[in-house]
Amino acid sequence: MSRARGPDRDQQRSAQGTGRAQPSRRERAMVEPAEFRSYYGRPIVKEPAWEQPDVPLYLFLGGAAGASASMAAMARVSDLPRLARAGTLVAAGGSLASVAALIHDLGRPERFLYMLRVFKPTSPLSVGSWILAPFSGLATVSTVSLLTGKLRPIGTLAGNAAGLLGPAMCTYTAVLLADTATPAWHEGRRELPVLFAGSAATSGAGAALLLVPTREVAPARNLGLAGAAAEVVAEHRLEHNLGVVSETYRHGRAGTLLKAGKALTAVGAGLSLLSTRSRVASVAAGAAYLAAGVCTRFGVYTAGVASSRDPKYTVVPQRERMAQHGSAVQ
Amino acid sequence: MSESGYADTQPRMGFFTDTSVCIGCKACEVACKEWNLVPASGSSGDGEMDLLGLSYDNTGDLGSNSWRHVAFIEQQVPASRVDNLGMPTIGAPDQQDETGVRWLMSSDVCKHCTHAACLDVCPTGALFRTEFDTVVVQPDICNGCGYCVPACPYGVIEKREDDGRAFKCTLCYDRIGDGLEPACAKACPTESIQYGELDVLRLRAAERKQELHADGVTEARLYGENPDDGVGGTGAFFLLLDEPEVYGLPPDPVVTTRDLPGMWRRAGAAALGVAAAVVASFVGARR
Repeated sequence: MSRARGPDRDQQRSAQGTGRAQPSRRERAMVEPAEFRSYYGRPIVKEPAWEQPDVPLYLFLGGAAGASASMAAMARVSDLPRLARAGTLVAAGGSLASVAALIHDLGRPERFLYMLRVFKPTSPLSVGSWILAPFSGLATVSTVSLLTGKLRPIGTLAGNAAGLLGPAMCTYTAVLLADTATPAWHEGRRELPVLFAGSAATSGAGAALLLVPTREVAPARNLGLAGAAAEVVAEHRLEHNLGVVSETYRHGRAGTLLKAGKALTAVGAGLSLLSTRSRVASVAAGAAYLAAGVCTRFGVYTAGVASSRDPKYTVVPQRERMAQHGSAVQ
Repeated sequence: MSESGYADTQPRMGFFTDTSVCIGCKACEVACKEWNLVPASGSSGDGEMDLLGLSYDNTGDLGSNSWRHVAFIEQQVPASRVDNLGMPTIGAPDQQDETGVRWLMSSDVCKHCTHAACLDVCPTGALFRTEFDTVVVQPDICNGCGYCVPACPYGVIEKREDDGRAFKCTLCYDRIGDGLEPACAKACPTESIQYGELDVLRLRAAERKQELHADGVTEARLYGENPDDGVGGTGAFFLLLDEPEVYGLPPDPVVTTRDLPGMWRRAGAAALGVAAAVVASFVGARR
């Protein structure tokens, strides 16, 4: 299929809808381009029903809040008051905004409490609600105590509990996306948790680099570097190891967003090395990390949407699987 | 206990859609809309009728407002493979090498999977499994989170835009409880849509496939009747005359939650990684 003509027109020629899938560069030497058939080139799976920007922002804010809460808890015991304060505020602000985005996205927002009607381990959104609800509550208690100076021991306890839940906040959203029939997300189920963990770490670190004076910023710098490394590795795998589906992470708007995310992460990581000496560098690094987080989350979301719009990404991987394991249709 | 988790008090009910006798009349679509009060559908979403330019298909796909969808496929085949209906023609008799058109028509519907992804991922419990082993949305519980929409490997369930909640085929839960057959099966004039106990339907389908094979229609195949497939077999299954994807069906659907334990393990490990990285960041900074 020629990319210039676009997949839709090419496949809508006839009901036979034979198209050609572009193999990744890694496979090109060995595998012939995959032929596939479709019903007038129409999608098989439905596009994710979530709204943009609600859900990508929910992913970004929740991740940043989770990493910040854990950092705040560690900062309290390490006697770094400014870092603890920033982390506490970001955890509460981020998670409350994340809850708001999630509720806004519901078709029936007034029924948001139905999310806590049952606990279902088979539903990552149910598990996620049971992580997000206590997390945002604890982070809010901790923040109110911090801002008012009242009930300090309870505030600290709540903040530490939020810090324990923080890492779960960073990664459950990866399962939320992967547990769908959306090809880019489901095929990326091994890589997405690592990518989201890394992206949450850099976003949390970015907020701290933006808000915390140079003498307390070192732990955020370190966390950002670790997150950036995880992100780069996971993103590379998404872009190259998922067969034909990897195309959706490399091309189109998703490709552009993810490339921008990677560049901003690199800039943030580089500038963060100067963060303990220069407040300007620290602020710039923080801004770059946060922008990177937004680009990465929107990029992953966009790749999922693109993969659901073209039947190629549903049919070709399934046909390849059938060729390996024998036919399911008799 | 059945595979879907219900005690065997009531046999599992389902559809066998034999597409080899579908004539594309769309009576199923109309009957479904009328009985279930499903709003008018148009791919533009405004309820206006659309002409899609896809043969006689102006429904397009299954969705919140289309619980039955008749697909129309026109295929070029050798003229010898087209049944001669004895219609009057004009001009010279057909040449041998001429091509004819084969029509494939198929009424698609929710598969009512044994392992249903929509039901698994629903966070509110709005989607549930009935005593007939069918999968139904409770509209008074659904909060419109939309998670079921991308979870379905067949692209069946969808959020109704002006309502906010998710809708799909109920296998006429209100009718079958009273011993009636679903509206689409009742309306089908050729018995392309057959409703009944799934075990009986599976036997009937196997016989029908053999019959077609004996008649030389070797491309006849069953889709969804195999309990060992990626969704544990479907409550609504099909006899097709070409590959599933030609009808807009996934060739090898898998319930996404089959891989969920592995996903939770990966996410747990990644979360521990975050925790370790945070702690290490502070230890590293102290030195």
